[in-house]
Amino acid sequence: MRRRSSSIAPALWIPAGIALGLLVLPLLGLIIRAPWAQLPELLSRPTVLQALGLSVGTAGLTTVLSLLLGVPLAFVLASSVDWPAVPRRLVRALVTVPLVLPPVVGGVALLLLLGRRGLIGQPLDDWFGITIPFTTAAVVIAQTFVAMPFLVLSVEGALRASDRRFEIAAGTLGASRFTIFRRVTLPLIAPGIGAGALLCFTRALGEFGATITFAGSFPGVTQTLPIATYLELQRDPDAAIALSLVLIVVSIVVLVSLRDRWTAGLSS
Amino acid sequence: MRRVLAVAAVLALAGCAPAEPAPAASEDTLSGSITVFAAASLTESFEQLKSEFVKAHPDVAITFNFGGSSALAEQIVQGAPVDVFAAASPATMATVVDASLASDPTHFVSNILELAVPTDNPAGVKALADLENADLKVAFCAAEVPCGAATVTVLDATGLTITPDTYEQDVKAVLTKVELGEVDAGLVYKTDVLAAGDAVLGIEFSEASEAVNLYPIATLADSQNAEAADAFVAWVLSPEGQELLQTWGFGAP
Repeated sequence: MRRRSSSIAPALWIPAGIALGLLVLPLLGLIIRAPWAQLPELLSRPTVLQALGLSVGTAGLTTVLSLLLGVPLAFVLASSVDWPAVPRRLVRALVTVPLVLPPVVGGVALLLLLGRRGLIGQPLDDWFGITIPFTTAAVVIAQTFVAMPFLVLSVEGALRASDRRFEIAAGTLGASRFTIFRRVTLPLIAPGIGAGALLCFTRALGEFGATITFAGSFPGVTQTLPIATYLELQRDPDAAIALSLVLIVVSIVVLVSLRDRWTAGLSS
Repeated sequence: MRRVLAVAAVLALAGCAPAEPAPAASEDTLSGSITVFAAASLTESFEQLKSEFVKAHPDVAITFNFGGSSALAEQIVQGAPVDVFAAASPATMATVVDASLASDPTHFVSNILELAVPTDNPAGVKALADLENADLKVAFCAAEVPCGAATVTVLDATGLTITPDTYEQDVKAVLTKVELGEVDAGLVYKTDVLAAGDAVLGIEFSEASEAVNLYPIATLADSQNAEAADAFVAWVLSPEGQELLQTWGFGAP
């Protein structure tokens, strides 16, 4: 019996419709409630522009840092298929855990490691006078903790899905390891890297819990757009809605531009 | 005559019979459940108030939602089913009153700011003016929340220029940063210092009297159990309730 993926049981449409409604209707509610008339004024406030600039800047730095560190990690993870089961599963779980952890837990963990009295933070402070919390660097570290796993798993998925025979063929034709990496492997996984990087950027842009816990909130230094949104909700809900719109629009644009790639990357 | 007496006796008995359990019933006709939204700074004291209240009214179940007053007010305006709102500032209560969801709130306690420093006080902070030193790590509440508004008032009154390293989203977040030693000092409520016990050291400062924060409480207009809600509010305002609140560091309104 052949199943065609394009035809599904009509009974599935009802729960599927409810599910989609649950995901989409809240956003719709926000869009309808948005103070469109005041939007230009709300979004051109210096504090908003400052928060937006900081968010985009730190999310960009997070993506660069994640590429530099996460792509090598993805290679290690992809090679872990040959490892014994226990370390293989453990490493995979450790890479995945920031995805499922409440971000605020990540923030606490970072504070206990890199805070002024933390495991690494205390010697840093005592010996070099460097304190990480309440700095823009802390924002980037918090965002990287939360967002890098998206990139790692995307790239790892692409690596596993790529056909290793091309690399072997290139090797038999006399290509060096670096040439194989540059001319064969990289082009094969480039879409995966691109998808992972965009996903990582978007997740970093929306990061709230770990950032406010570890980095704090100071305008222009650590107060990113999600934090500004949360604080505005306490004083001026219209401004908070306007800021939320910005985050939603940016996220949707990025995710649509990914088409179906990122889900494929995460599942394989 | 005898008949009259007999009738009177019957009447008296008839009158007595239902009157017998009546005192017990009038002692506690309250039942059902109420939901109380209260400022985060009331967490510990209200939990204790609740356990005393429930002793007198065992059929009443109280559910608390503690949080930042502004966020709570916003949730109430958005339609959260709430019976009593106790806010940490008149401004946040005004949000609810302006939406015609409550009227005549009563100020039931006051709170003042206090300096909180880590127990070992690494920076040797003694007074508010010490925080002008830019080398110190300092945490304030964001101006959007009541403790932040009180901080702004105190700083305006003293003329001190203190630039904190972070504006936290609520008073407990400031306290946490102090407890962890990540900041050398934070401005929190006196009650928070008391509730934190040995985790932080509190330093009173005279300028705190510039920003005495009043806490209003009100039964909400839409309460489904106004009787029990009013009883809880009355308990908070009663001499016993007031005494209990003062053991947690609150001042008279």
